[in-house]
Amino acid sequence: MKTIIDQILEKPHVGEDHLTSKDFKPDVDVRWCAGCGAISVLSPAQRLMPDLGIPKEKIVFVSGIGCSGRFPYYMDTYGFHGIHGRGLPIASGLKIARPDLSVWVVTGDGDNMSIGGNHFIHACRRNVDLNILMFNNEVYSLTKGQYSPTSHRGQITKSSPLGVLDDPFNPVALALGASATFVARGHDKDRQQLQNLLLQAYQHKGTSFIEIYTNCRIFNDGAFDQYTNADTRDDHTIFVEHGKPLVFGKTKNKGLIMDGFTPRVVALDGDGRSLNDVMVHNQNDTTLAFILANMTYSEELPRPMGVLQNIDKSSYEQQVEDQIENEIKEKGEGNLESLLQGSNYWEV
Amino acid sequence: MNKVIEHLEEVTVRFAGDSGDGMQLIGTQFSDTSGFAGNEVNTFPDYPSEIRAPEGTLYGVSAFQVHFGTKNIHTPGDFVDVLVAMNAASLKVNLPHVREQGLLIINSDGFDDRNLKLTGYTQNPLEDGSLAKYNVFPVDLNKELKKAFIELDVPSKLVQKTRNIFALGITYWLFNRPLEPTVSWINKKFKGKEDIILANVHALQGGWNFAEKNPDFRKQYIIDRSQLESGKYRSITGNQAVALGLVVAATKAHLPLFLGSYPITPATDILHAISGYKKYGVKHLQAEDEIAGIASAIGAAFGGSLAVTTTSGPGLSLKSEAIGLAIMTELPLIIVNVMRAGPSTGLPTKTEQSDLMQAMYGRHGEAPLPVLAAASSADCFDMTLEAARIALKYMTPVMLLSDGYIGQASEPWRIPSIGQLPEIAPHFADDSTTFKPYLRNPETLSRLWAIPGMQGMEHRIGGLEKEDGSGVVSHDPMNHQKMVEIRQRKIDGIANDIPDLEVFGEHEGDLLLLSWGSTYGAAKTAVEHLKAKGHNLSFAHLRYLNPFPKNLGELLHKFDRVVIPELNLGQLKSLIQAKYLKPVIGINKVQGKPFKAVELEEKLSMLISMRDIKKWPASSKIDLPVDL
Repeated sequence: MKTIIDQILEKPHVGEDHLTSKDFKPDVDVRWCAGCGAISVLSPAQRLMPDLGIPKEKIVFVSGIGCSGRFPYYMDTYGFHGIHGRGLPIASGLKIARPDLSVWVVTGDGDNMSIGGNHFIHACRRNVDLNILMFNNEVYSLTKGQYSPTSHRGQITKSSPLGVLDDPFNPVALALGASATFVARGHDKDRQQLQNLLLQAYQHKGTSFIEIYTNCRIFNDGAFDQYTNADTRDDHTIFVEHGKPLVFGKTKNKGLIMDGFTPRVVALDGDGRSLNDVMVHNQNDTTLAFILANMTYSEELPRPMGVLQNIDKSSYEQQVEDQIENEIKEKGEGNLESLLQGSNYWEV
Repeated sequence: MNKVIEHLEEVTVRFAGDSGDGMQLIGTQFSDTSGFAGNEVNTFPDYPSEIRAPEGTLYGVSAFQVHFGTKNIHTPGDFVDVLVAMNAASLKVNLPHVREQGLLIINSDGFDDRNLKLTGYTQNPLEDGSLAKYNVFPVDLNKELKKAFIELDVPSKLVQKTRNIFALGITYWLFNRPLEPTVSWINKKFKGKEDIILANVHALQGGWNFAEKNPDFRKQYIIDRSQLESGKYRSITGNQAVALGLVVAATKAHLPLFLGSYPITPATDILHAISGYKKYGVKHLQAEDEIAGIASAIGAAFGGSLAVTTTSGPGLSLKSEAIGLAIMTELPLIIVNVMRAGPSTGLPTKTEQSDLMQAMYGRHGEAPLPVLAAASSADCFDMTLEAARIALKYMTPVMLLSDGYIGQASEPWRIPSIGQLPEIAPHFADDSTTFKPYLRNPETLSRLWAIPGMQGMEHRIGGLEKEDGSGVVSHDPMNHQKMVEIRQRKIDGIANDIPDLEVFGEHEGDLLLLSWGSTYGAAKTAVEHLKAKGHNLSFAHLRYLNPFPKNLGELLHKFDRVVIPELNLGQLKSLIQAKYLKPVIGINKVQGKPFKAVELEEKLSMLISMRDIKKWPASSKIDLPVDL
């Protein structure tokens, strides 16, 4: 049965677009603080959109509450600024109802790990084709500086003047534990790398989760410096790439090997180890993904960046379409008159 | 043997047994067959929240009541004329509902020492004379079933499972009902399982034969056919009617239907039904919680679906913030609240009308939305269509109130012809050159619906206050005042688009009975009884609670006294008094059960006899004794 929506969608796109990133900048001021990490995500996103080759009316950005929640206002696409923690279910309903759309969810560590935590784990397991960008600044910023579920133990904030007492979530491990099919991590100091991660998330069919380290200049400045600044990040992070050896360091002089189930760092320029001894990243290997994710808070191991896992699984909304199609194939299109009648009716 | 035949106008039968005894099933069959036989029918399932409570216990008793007759059957019946009790516990729990001289068809096999002990009977009531004021028909179902199946090779375990069907056969004999509808149902239900079909059909016939041959069963009762409008009928519960109404509304609006929901008693049947409608192109998401249920529906509404969320009280509480979002974003959404007794978890399987205030005001900020309430099971269909019409025309969430009683109770429904139902027109934007998300239709104040995929109308909406017209985020004080008032006026204006309140009886006078929601049946019956006795009173029933019908205020002031019966402590009463400054007398019941017509009749008689007291203070309330 054809609906008005089908008719709307059948209307051909008028004109030929040669979109540039400018076409995705709406006529509003960006109101994030100067130097905010979120701005460093906005521009790669605006630059990526023209490359996707889809009309901009097919793109929707959905958000919850927090500094990240303002993101949709700064993208000249369709956008929905939801309520705290609920960006994911809003986006899920939209994508299930409208599989033709490219749906992006922008969220934060408070929005996604705390108030929206339940929606996050279920979105991961359900595998609706959404691209989730989680801005992690390890603090609540819009409410002006309280600790968040990714704040580290001992962190001093306005609501933890004597230090945070609980351990943080490791977002990528949480996503993997909840069966997310695409899990990645990036940061705000390398826009090209970030743009590439966004592209891979878009290309992956199913829920894609990217944790993005975004510096909050006001309430948690420098939280990620070690992992994001150009002069220190090479020695403290490892950027994993599918099919490539797991090496890091300024001169790629360190590699990861497995000692039983434990990853260890080895030097590649001295003690007889060579590139051949080093593990090769396989983004389809779900066990390896966990091992890499669990390196996150290790003192000895580099912090993993890049695409930790990227596996294929049928997306939820596609299965909904398939169920409907199969049901109609088997039983024929529904006849409303007979539905109303039911199986037990009588005539007067 | 000569059997006597007696004609009756109406009868109430109650089937009661353990949760696992299949009482809901035979009650439904009895009700469908009564409808099939041309009677008016009204039913009420009464079951515990435990799924399979320990056998034989008082709290495990499940019952199903069927009220049927030739005319004016608007309630499940005040008093039980025939009780079918499968064991001691079900007798004890249900005996208080049975009128004197009522028939008790009792499974004597369910009265062994264990049963009696669990029930707290010190003596067997079948033997101690305590049932003398009733007509008792003890039947040893175990023994009689064995006899009935003696010539058939059916495993005894299967035979035992047909006890309820055998009991149903006895009641069919009692009311001279055709077996055919149930036989045909058995054949459909157990298609391919020949042994089960054989056992059940044989048990049904066996029950009939048993009564026919038994000298104790001397009298059969005939209830004449009703004068019903011609057409096709089926039995329908409120929850089924909502589900069907949603599919029909989507079809009439030419929109895809999306349901985002989370299981909760007593609303879950709607989710069950909708999830089975895949071949109608319907999509649903059983979400991870109540909030995700409504949030997904809001997302689907943004994408152009007729979006729905279904719930009951506790779920409604959780959805409050998201309802505010739907109000702020001015998206069409249907929220179905099948009310149950609260607060908190309350009595999950029992009915109440105590969410009215929450429906009206249960959100932060000034957050008005239309509130509708279905009057009966079948009316749930019509009011669902109304909810969809208003939601789409006015771009607003609409709250549809039903409750545990009409949600699960059934009555015959005249099946409408789809072609004759009115079309519903959503208001889509179509001109990208002039489009702004918050430009409004000057008449309805509704904004246009532009959905992703529409070229050139890309826009952002959300929970932040927006500038009128452009929809750009705005913190301007005057703009906020303007937008708050526009949202209110939009909802108030719907009063011009709903029917005036209809009055049964004189349009002015001493006493107006004003009911809302599921109290319709009991109120109407009470009024009919009082009028038959020569009393003069008027009756009106509200299905639109926000906004109220335009003529309501004027009408109220034409009566000396206005009485509102409701299953809460006076929520509609407060709304009416606040808005129209008219003192109202409340009749209030919060026992998890619907009103009995007789309860209202008695209270109204009392008020009629107190005619001289014209001035009633606003706090007046007629208390219902707990045990009437």
